[in-house]
Formats: sequence, structure tokens, C-alpha cells
Amino acid sequence: MADTATTLTNAAMREQVRAGEGVWGFSRSQLVGVLALVAFILVAPFVLYPVFVMKLLCFALFACAFNLLIGYVGLLSFGHAAYFGMGAYITGYVAKAWGVTPVLAIIMGGVVAAAMGVVGGWIAIRRQGIYFAMITLALAQMVYFFCVQAPFTGGEDGIQAIPRGSFLGIVDLSNDMTMYWFTAAIFLAGFLLIHRIIHSPFGQVLKAIRENEPRATSLGYRTDDFKLMAFILSAGLAGIAGATKSLVFGIATLTDVHWAMSGEVVLMTLVGGLGTVFGPVVGAAVIVTMQNYLAEMGAWVTVIQGAIFVACVLAFRRGIVGEIANLLKVKL
Amino acid sequence: MPLSRRQLLAAGTTAAALGGFSPLRAQANTIRIGVLTDMSGPYRDSTGPGSVVCTQQAVQEFGNKGFQVEVLQADHQNKPDVGANLARQWYDQGVDAIIDVPTSSVALAITQIAKEKNKVFLNSGAAVTELTGAHCNPNFVHWTYDTYMLSKGLAGALTKAGGNTWYFVTADYAFGHALQRDATRFVEEAGGKVLGAARYPFPSTTDFSSFLLQAQASRAKVLGLANASGDTVNCIKQGREFGLNKSMRFAALLMGLVDVHALGLETGQGLLLTESFYWGLNDRTRAFGKRVQPKMPNRAMPAMVHAGCYGVTLHYLKAVADMGVAAAKASGTDVVARMKAMPTDDDAFGQGRIREDGRKLHPSFLFEVKSPAESKEPWDYYKLVATTPAEEAFRPLSEGGCPLVRS
Amino acid sequence: MDEIFGIPAPLLFGQLLLGLINGAFYAMLSLGLAVIFGLLNIINFAHGAQFMMGAFAAWMLLEWAGLGYWWALLLAPIIVGFTGVVMERLMISRLYKLDHLYGLLLTFGLALIIEGIFRNEFGSSGMPYRIPPELAGAWDLGFMFLPVYRGWVVIAALILCLATWLLIEKTRLGAYLRAATENAALVQAFGVNVPRMVTLTYGAGVALAAIGGVLAAPIYSVNPQMGTNLIIVVFAVVVIGGMGSILGSIVTGFGLGIVEGLTKVFWPEASATVIFVIMAIVLLARPAGLFGRA
Repeated sequence: MADTATTLTNAAMREQVRAGEGVWGFSRSQLVGVLALVAFILVAPFVLYPVFVMKLLCFALFACAFNLLIGYVGLLSFGHAAYFGMGAYITGYVAKAWGVTPVLAIIMGGVVAAAMGVVGGWIAIRRQGIYFAMITLALAQMVYFFCVQAPFTGGEDGIQAIPRGSFLGIVDLSNDMTMYWFTAAIFLAGFLLIHRIIHSPFGQVLKAIRENEPRATSLGYRTDDFKLMAFILSAGLAGIAGATKSLVFGIATLTDVHWAMSGEVVLMTLVGGLGTVFGPVVGAAVIVTMQNYLAEMGAWVTVIQGAIFVACVLAFRRGIVGEIANLLKVKL
Repeated sequence: MPLSRRQLLAAGTTAAALGGFSPLRAQANTIRIGVLTDMSGPYRDSTGPGSVVCTQQAVQEFGNKGFQVEVLQADHQNKPDVGANLARQWYDQGVDAIIDVPTSSVALAITQIAKEKNKVFLNSGAAVTELTGAHCNPNFVHWTYDTYMLSKGLAGALTKAGGNTWYFVTADYAFGHALQRDATRFVEEAGGKVLGAARYPFPSTTDFSSFLLQAQASRAKVLGLANASGDTVNCIKQGREFGLNKSMRFAALLMGLVDVHALGLETGQGLLLTESFYWGLNDRTRAFGKRVQPKMPNRAMPAMVHAGCYGVTLHYLKAVADMGVAAAKASGTDVVARMKAMPTDDDAFGQGRIREDGRKLHPSFLFEVKSPAESKEPWDYYKLVATTPAEEAFRPLSEGGCPLVRS
Repeated sequence: MDEIFGIPAPLLFGQLLLGLINGAFYAMLSLGLAVIFGLLNIINFAHGAQFMMGAFAAWMLLEWAGLGYWWALLLAPIIVGFTGVVMERLMISRLYKLDHLYGLLLTFGLALIIEGIFRNEFGSSGMPYRIPPELAGAWDLGFMFLPVYRGWVVIAALILCLATWLLIEKTRLGAYLRAATENAALVQAFGVNVPRMVTLTYGAGVALAAIGGVLAAPIYSVNPQMGTNLIIVVFAVVVIGGMGSILGSIVTGFGLGIVEGLTKVFWPEASATVIFVIMAIVLLARPAGLFGRA
């Protein structure tokens, strides 16, 4: 079971980036993808509803953070909602109760989530495969319980009316468009950071661990340290995604820490393509769009969602981006 | 991305100029009402499609008074972020009023947005009293019920009638706590005593027998159920199974017609519950029920929240007609102010008014569930036990802490 | 000895017994999951939905065909099991060579579809289903008042679990099943039709969930989301017992029911979380679960 994600990501990873080709570790095809992504971010708020695009970017960052763990270390976490949700709660609380500025509030959310990742990761990395998933689920359930009980989270009502504040005291973020650029900047920073991590020597060791952990150990790497570091980074970035979302909507609620959210991020990543750079972004876009635009279909939302997952698993197993990459014979 | 503030502002203006993101372009002479409700979760039957049907019924009965009315619907999936996103999008794209919105976390999120966008939010489905308390605002009307009304109508009346010791089984979340807190107050005011409470994890509990047994061991006379929908049904079903009904009276703090339907009269008979609407209450409600029933999903009779959607839509449209469409579209605050100034009158709730904190006032009724022998036709489930007059049914203005009241 | 830890002894005994009854449901559901996982290597997320289908099948048989509880106990598992067979043939059978995750996601999708369809058809508030008259009433045990039906649930679950265990451990068919778990190709080479056996095993696992549903119908509200709340707990039970271990899931099911029952007395708010705390501890101490083979 140790090779859980190995089999999943093999297809997408087979093609390696040759050194010296591309920019910043992006291959040529990936560079096209990045440009397309940036173009989308620049155009989207004028074509689509800005708040919707912001939500999409938050979830895309969440899925990218999750993908760092499953796609590049081969660890399937089924409890990432804990970090996402706690990031949202902390940011929401400090922004509302203490009047902390948005940048600092988001950093605090991320730091707390990363600190939780230290504890959670330390416990969870001792196990692999389905057992790793189950430990992360168990830990997330405990976090959920804490959030239901702790007074600062506001229980079922959540933290409401969180102020967006102003960026560096100059730019008022209560305007949707300014908030949009703020969110887009956070997303791009997170996205590039994850990419940087993957292509650093650190990231190469992670991949080595995913492919063959005993061999990595025999080469002298303390694999547990690497896995823990990846877990902390993933948790921290998930926290930042949740933190940003809480400012965008001005709310932080139990939905964000519920296990269904952990499931959702798995689905996003899978639908988009595990272990691909753009897969999580596309997957998040698909799921968030479905939630939003199928809402007017009434009760059929869940049925349609279910049908799409079934179709994905049966027919498009590499995920949308994985399938496209396979078709074009490039790495995305 | 180095963007100056001016560029940002320019971008914002361009966005505003480009305007229409979707086919939902606002037309000057059309009022758009969005029913945002639970279509796929546990509250689907007591809100959901029935709320849409009743809103449409109100629009149809209101007729054409020189402007068009369009009704949209969406499912907030009980997720505050999905609800908030839809609400923002609707308001920005020309929806004038959002109706229903069960689930308190979603309702609390949307009331902020309505104020921010100066639109109208008419709630029928949520129970949380903060909506007309600390979170109240001039763009909001709370029509059908709240936790205060539910607890007062039931707990006060029952305690006075001899049920003076209580034990609560409470869903461990804000709504459950609020119900228990309010009910405790009325039990104590009426000279009764609360012997204890068991809080169970929500929503992951399906077996309530241990909590029920704890309640039985307390020897209280009344079992207070501070929960909703499926949980309440399960508690009653299992309470009867364990013979609690022999020593205790069941008081379901939030229980509606659809829950009684789910329970069946055989199991449900003798239950006490509070509602602000029941189709069989009088001739007007009966007429309303019969009008709507053929259009309802599964030909159910409309329940309290459904009727609330009807009542509030009708009153909203009257206010719009009174002040003119252009003025109504321009300012949500003005529409709500006009709604508060006009007395209300509809078949479902009779005559009433909306208080300055946004609370709609009408009587609340204490019902007892009929036995199968007493029920003469389908959906004939309740007999009236007591009525709390409108002015006493809801929390007094002074206690809510609504900022609007002081000014 | 009137009180134990400040709780009156009769109440404590009562709670232990109730825990055992809940444990019976956990055991029945996790048994089905373990059987399916053991042979098919599929984590059947649709199990909760199939449990719900069992309860609805009982209701439909009563409402549409006038067939009562005992008929439902016989027919509902067959009907629901058959839908399981169809699902296995059409979809799940394509995933055997792949990672667990795909099976989990496919069945998760199926669960969403099934629950969505039932919700559209029957609404969310549920259907009434009565306790059969033969099992109505209650026994006075001195320390508590035990409904006859609850006693029946425990007995039925024990019989079912024991029968399944005997079938797998002591019969020739069970030997084939266990052999196929180890090496399907070899068993096939001996002339056993392994794909058919796999299909029928899935059907049987689903039927177990459906029986659980019929047993639950008279005491729980029969509604489309009745399985959703249970499934995640049952997963934890299977993991604690050891994935794929039949005996493990039975013992853990009953055991955790009791632990949960006790938590309901001392700290009711935590009763849903305690199982996950135990799961984390067990996985750290014994990675393969209490009864699993590492």
C-alpha cells in the first residue's frame, strides 16, 4: 500500500523535465500553461463574477497545497479541512476581534495551520497509504470537535461579518475588484512557491521518497524529516487558502473544517489530475463552478456531481489535465 | 503584479462599465425575487421546493400591478460560502429581494450582504434570534418564527399546565443551545425547574436511546427536545420505544407538519408543538392550503416556513406597488421601511405588522398532535390547545439589543 | 454499589446495553465493508447509501406491495444485493487492478447519486415504519426497560455475524474466497469462476448493509441521509479492527458501540469524536489494526 500514489501519478510524471529547458523549472508546455493561467486571472473578473473567481482561486490554492502532498510525496491526507478551516477561523477571529490588518491576519492563519501541521504531520507520517489517510481523518475529526466546542468559533453560526480591512492601510479591500487583485496575488505567490518547492533539491528528494522510500533512506536521506517538512508546508498553504477565503466572504464556519471539505479537495485534485501542476487548479474550477452554477438545478446538484465523479473514475482517470497532457504528449 | 492604486480603480470602473456578467440584466420594470433555500439537505421538505411554490403563489395572486415579477431559485446546500456567493451574485446582477434561507449560519451571512448592497432580505426559514438582535439591520425582515417564539409558546404554556420539571436533549450546536436557553428561561419564569440536559454531537448522532434513558432517570415530567427535523423524529420514535411516553410528556421545540407526517400519527399522537401557521387553523388558512396543495411537491400541505414565504412575498410586493418600482429597486432600506409602515394582511397569517427591528408579529399557536382516530382527512394532524397573542409571542424590542431600536 | 464514578449503577448498565445494541449496527455494517474489502480490495463508500436503500426497500414493500417486516427482512437484501451485483458488473469490476483511491471515489460518487435520487423522489424528512407487532413491547430488566425490538436487533446481528464468519472460515466456499484474496489467478486456474465469485461477494456485502437497513427502519427515521452519518464511523470501525478482517470488524463493532455508549454518559458532546481518538491511537500502536495482519 506504500505505493498508493505512485501508481496514480506515474502516468503524469513519466516525462521528466530536462535541465536547461524552460524557465524557472517550468517546461515549455508548462510555461504556456502558466501564461494561460495568468491571462485567465487578468481577464476573469471582467467576464465572470469576481467574488466567484476569488472563491475559485482560494480553492485552487487549497487543492495545490493538497497536491503537494499526494502528487509529490505520495501521501493521501483525508483531513486537510482541519488546516484549511483553522486558517479561516484564526484569520477571521483576529481580523474581527483584534482588528488585525488583512496581510498579518492571513499570515497568522497560515502560521497556526502550519503549527498544527507540525503536530499532525509528526503523528501521521509514521504510517503510509490508507492508514496515513485514516490518521489524518481522525486528527481532523478532533479538530472539528474542538471547533464545535470552542467559544471563539461561534459554533454553528460561525464567525460572521469579518472585515476585509485595507491592504497596508492604503487600498480598501471592501471593494470586490481590489480584493480580487489581492486574492490573485496570494494565489499566484502560493502557486509559484509550490512550484519552486517541487523543483528544488528538496522537492527532488520528495519525489525520490515517493518512488522508492527505502532507497532514499539508503542514500542517506532522513525521509521522515522530508515528509514532515512537506506536510507542514502543505498544511500552512492550506491554512493560507482558508484564511484568504474567510476574508473574501467575511465568514468562517464549520463547513470549512468538516470532513466533507477534506473529501472535496481530494475530488478537486483527482478531477483535475493528480501530480500535475495545473490539475488542482482546473479541478477546483470544475467543482466550484458546479456548486455555484448547478445550484439553480435544485436537488439534482448531488446527482450530477456524483455522475461526474463516476465518469471521471471510469473514463478519465488521469484527470482533466492529465488526459490533455497525455493526448498532447506533454507534461502539464 | 505591480499595479498602482489608480490602475486598480480603473480596472474597477471598467468592470462596472462592462457591467453585465450574465444574461441577468436588470430591467427597469421587473422585480426579481430569489428564493435561496435548502434543496438537497435535511431541511428540503420543510423549506426547499415548497418555499418556491408558495413564493410563486404569492406572485400569481398579487397579479399584474404594472410591473413584472420574476422568481429565481437556488440551492445553498447549507454551506455559508455557497449561499453568500450566490447572494452576492444575485444582488449584483439585479435581484431585488432574497427570500427564505433556512440554516442560521447562511442567513447571518446573507443579512450582512443585503445591508452592504442595500437590497432586501426576507427570511422565513431560519430560527436564530440574532437576526433581529445584535445582527439586525434596516434591510431585513424576519417573518415566520424564531427560537424565542418556539420556546415561549411551548415551554411557558406547558409548565403552567403542570409540566414543571424538564430534561432537555439538545443538539450540540448554536441552534440547539439557543432553543434550550430560551426554553429554560420560560420554564423557570413559569415556576418550573430544569433538572438537566444531555448535549449530543450534531449531526453525527442517529441513536438517541442513551440520552433518552438519562432523561428518564432524571424523573422529570417533560422531555424537551431542543433539535430539529430528523433528529426530533428519531428522538420521539425511540422515546416511545423505550416507554418514556408513559412517564414524560414530549415537547418538541421545533417540530413542523412535515416532521409529524414523517413520524406518523400512531407514534406522534399527543405531542405538543408550537407553530405560527397551520393550514387547518381557520377558514382563511384552509383556503390558502387548498389553493397551494395541488402545486406542492408530493401534494403536501404547506408547512409554516412555506406559508411564511407566501406571506412575506405578498407583503413585499404590496410595498413595492405602493412606492413604485423605480424607488423600490433603488433602495432596499426604503422598501423595508415601507413594509414596516404598512400593516400586513394575508390568508396564511391574518393581520399583523412588522416591528422596527424587522420582526414580523403574529400569534403563535400551541398544537397537540391528533390520534389516528381523530384525523379526518390527509394532513389533518393538529388540534389547537392555546394561542399566544402577537404582541407577547416574540421577544420584546428592549431585550433584543438591535442597534436600530435605540436610534 | 449504587454508583460507579458518580453515575447510578442501573443507568450505567443500561448504557452498556444500549452501547451493545448500537455496536450491533456497527458490526453488521463493518462486516459487509470488511468482506468487500477483503476480496475486492474496494473501499465501499456506497455502503451507507445501500444501508439506506435497505430501509427504503422495507418501506416500499410495505407501502406498495403490502408485505410486512418479515418479508422485507428476506426480500430487501435480495433486491438491494441485486442492485449491488449490477453496479459491480457495470462499474466496480473495471477498477480491480487500480489503486484503492479509485474504488473509494467511484463508490463515493455512486453514494451521491443514490442519495440524490432518493431525496428527489421521497423528500428529506423521512417515512414512518412501525415495529412489527410480534416484537412490540418491552422487557423490564430491573435496571432498565429494554424494548423487545432492541433485543431482537442484537440477536439478529449476532446470528448474522456468526453465520458470515462460519461461512468464510469453515466452509469450502469460504476457503475459495480466502484463497482468491491471496492469489486470484491460482484459484482461477483450479477451475473456480473467480469473477463470478467476486460479483456475488459484492452482492452479499451489499445485502448485509441492506439487512442492517431493514433492522434499522423501525427505530431510526427512514430518510435518504440516514446512512451518511453512519458511514464515516463504520469506516473507523473497520480500520480499528483491521482492514479486511472479518472477526476484527465484528468484535470492534460491538466493542466500540460500548465505548461510545459510555462516553455518552460521561461526556456526551464527545461521543462522536471518541471513536476517532481510538482510531488514531490504535493506528499508531498497531498499524494494521487490532486484528489485521501487518
